[in-house]
Amino acid sequence: MIKFEHFSFKYTAQADYTLRDINLTINDGEKVLIIGPSGCGKSTLLNCINGLVPFSYDGTIEGSLTVDGKETKDLSIFELSKIVGTVLQDSDAQFVGLTVAEDIAFALENDCIPTEELKRRVKEIAKLVNIESHLEHAPTDISGGQKQRVSLAGVMIDDVKVLLFDEPLANLDPETGKTAIELIDSIHKDTGVTEIIIEHRLEDVLWRDVDRIVLMGDGKIVLDTTPDELLSSDALIKHGIREPLYITALKYAGVEITPSMLPHSIDTITLTDEDIAKVKEWYLKTETEKEEEKEVLLQVRDIDFTYKNDRNGASVHHALDHISFDVMKGELLAIVGRNGAGKSTFSKALCGFERIDSGKFIFKGEDMAPLSIKERADRIGYVMQNPNQMISKVQIFDEVALGLRTRNVPEDEVERRVNDTLKICGLWEFRNWPVSALSYGQKKRVTIASILVLEPEMIILDEPTAGQDYYHYTEIMNFLEEINSRGVTIVLITHDMHLMLEYATRGIVFADSKVIKDSTSYDILTDRDVISRASLKETSLYNLALKCGLNDTKGFVEHFISFERRVRND
Amino acid sequence: MTNIFNYIDRKSPIHNLTGATKFVCLLLWSFAAMVTFDTKILALLPVVSFILFGLSKIKLKDISFLLVFTLVFMVMNNVLVFLFSPMHGTELYGSCTEICKLWGNNYLTVEQLWYHLNLVLKYFSTMPIVILFISTTEPSEFAASLNKIGVKYTIAYAVSLALRYIPDVQREYHEISLAQQARGIEMSSKENIVKRLKSASAILIPLVLQSLERIDVITNAMELRGFGKNRKRTWYRSRKFTKADIISMIFCGALLLLSIGMNIYNGSRFWMPHF
Repeated sequence: MIKFEHFSFKYTAQADYTLRDINLTINDGEKVLIIGPSGCGKSTLLNCINGLVPFSYDGTIEGSLTVDGKETKDLSIFELSKIVGTVLQDSDAQFVGLTVAEDIAFALENDCIPTEELKRRVKEIAKLVNIESHLEHAPTDISGGQKQRVSLAGVMIDDVKVLLFDEPLANLDPETGKTAIELIDSIHKDTGVTEIIIEHRLEDVLWRDVDRIVLMGDGKIVLDTTPDELLSSDALIKHGIREPLYITALKYAGVEITPSMLPHSIDTITLTDEDIAKVKEWYLKTETEKEEEKEVLLQVRDIDFTYKNDRNGASVHHALDHISFDVMKGELLAIVGRNGAGKSTFSKALCGFERIDSGKFIFKGEDMAPLSIKERADRIGYVMQNPNQMISKVQIFDEVALGLRTRNVPEDEVERRVNDTLKICGLWEFRNWPVSALSYGQKKRVTIASILVLEPEMIILDEPTAGQDYYHYTEIMNFLEEINSRGVTIVLITHDMHLMLEYATRGIVFADSKVIKDSTSYDILTDRDVISRASLKETSLYNLALKCGLNDTKGFVEHFISFERRVRND
Repeated sequence: MTNIFNYIDRKSPIHNLTGATKFVCLLLWSFAAMVTFDTKILALLPVVSFILFGLSKIKLKDISFLLVFTLVFMVMNNVLVFLFSPMHGTELYGSCTEICKLWGNNYLTVEQLWYHLNLVLKYFSTMPIVILFISTTEPSEFAASLNKIGVKYTIAYAVSLALRYIPDVQREYHEISLAQQARGIEMSSKENIVKRLKSASAILIPLVLQSLERIDVITNAMELRGFGKNRKRTWYRSRKFTKADIISMIFCGALLLLSIGMNIYNGSRFWMPHF
């Protein structure tokens, strides 16, 4: 049992308390989901349970926290690690061993377990999380989902009583995320271990039942209740958490959600005839927008590219297999597909980072083949996923000015253009701030601003919203929409379904190095064949439409998107 | 991209030796090559090491980068020695057999050429065996072997982690560098050196910050799994010594004894036949 009593915590480096007067009891064998916006203290709460607070992160503790009847203050991080196992968010960085087997064995190695027993135990646990066929693989040779399973095995090998998951879905594509949730659930059922999951992608976690949801906001516990109760309240919206889409649709249609409807899953929710009539009525009266014809900006023609690995010369990966499509001027396009499908390789080839084997990129009628990286960048800006990889100046103004200064633009023009861009990006008030004082989302804006200032006609963004909670996600996407409305063509590379559904007008689906679909977002997300080939996940709106007896699922999703855009723009 | 510390997975008798054996052998071998300037020994070592190379199934092209790097270094070393002390051989061997006059009071001597021959042989005695060690020992086994010969396991593990992250850091450097080039930062030789150094900071600053963050995460991950709890730990990769291990170590030990023995027999570290 884990018990917080009037528990407060303040980091030494911070002025305010991060956790305030927490009272929370988690019983043995429970499966609890903790949700809340970024900065609400949910990660800190987790770190209190596993002992990183206060052993690694210094601070002041008030009140009491007991794990298994023992006050955590009196235990060492090592003693706690025998009771509580943590699967960190970044399973890549968590991978300590050189191979899967060594990583799983790590905790037992530290316990001086003899090598023969290590090997036996590793095999046993690896089977449990279904990774036993990859024991000798290096971390670079396995996928994100597999890495996560290795992390899980690595903590389960200690026979812990409690498993903590810190945003298990953050780096996974939709299909893999679904599998991860299923695995977490089956381990809970099979071993009876207590599970605490932190995640803000509520709908995805609710793919499998949880016992309780704890909603946190501003360092406090706002609500501690069942999923059904939570979804029937308006607490989610108030605290910046995204509701499941089917709930949103039902609310738009004027259906009142009550706990007795079992709204925690699209499969369990019961709708009366009256509710269904309301949904149908809403569907019929919602108008869709007509897409206007646009001119072509970029023609991608028959691009072919193979990675030739110089090491041993043996491994060759055909990463782009005759890719062709068009990007229209002024559109907001999404490129989707599972990790490793060729999305990122495509953007690297376009920016000139990789030399393509054959094919053509034609930008406004001009073949880009002879253009250098720098010259391409004047036409097409590229924003990396992690803003920390791009920022190299101390002050925001200098960071944004960097590209102009290296292009020897006169200083008065630099000043004018940087200031204009900062104003557009809502960063002008911060122009003399150090970059380090900004939040992740703001840093992302700085990197976008530093590309935007070069006035490219098109920007490619790699996973612009990865790891962002709903609030920051909305902030970034609204910002991109605004830039888009100023005429900049935007291409998003993502595996976030919501992002494509809500913001992109069109999607290109990559699977196995090929383009398998080029269509509207609602068309893609209701196409079962494409969904399974690209490891996407069908939207719950699709199932809602079926549940309401609407056969035109595509139309239903389209109507929902139009309605939602109108709500957002008001 | 070439990885300098590149473990190459092949099936061979050399790969089968434990990391500890290879490490001990490397040390014994290096000492054997270091203590003597006896040309017979220095000629024997490269021959044996080339045979070992054959056994290991490591191909020349696998290690071309490291090879070229050390060869360049060897040439530079020889040129510098020759330029700065062309009479060094004469001092070492105590005789002076002039071939022709060079500059000032300096002559081209047989002794100097003999000394250079020995220097080159020294490179060929040690270099193949170091490369062999690097390319046939897994970093984690290396850590285990360091620990086995008495290095604290926390330090041993730090070394292996550093080796493990080199490819990651290389990849990240490459990515950051491309993104910065896209912003117009010129990294090629078209720019002058001051500008290029400045540009390098545009890549290094994010790289260092990223690495620090990574260290933070990995430290937490390791502590959460009990790293540093006990004074000792076991290793998944550690293996028991086999006959081959013992024989290898005895063989390398014998080489060292032979090398020392020759010094005693010659009465000096240096040896030169009489022409």
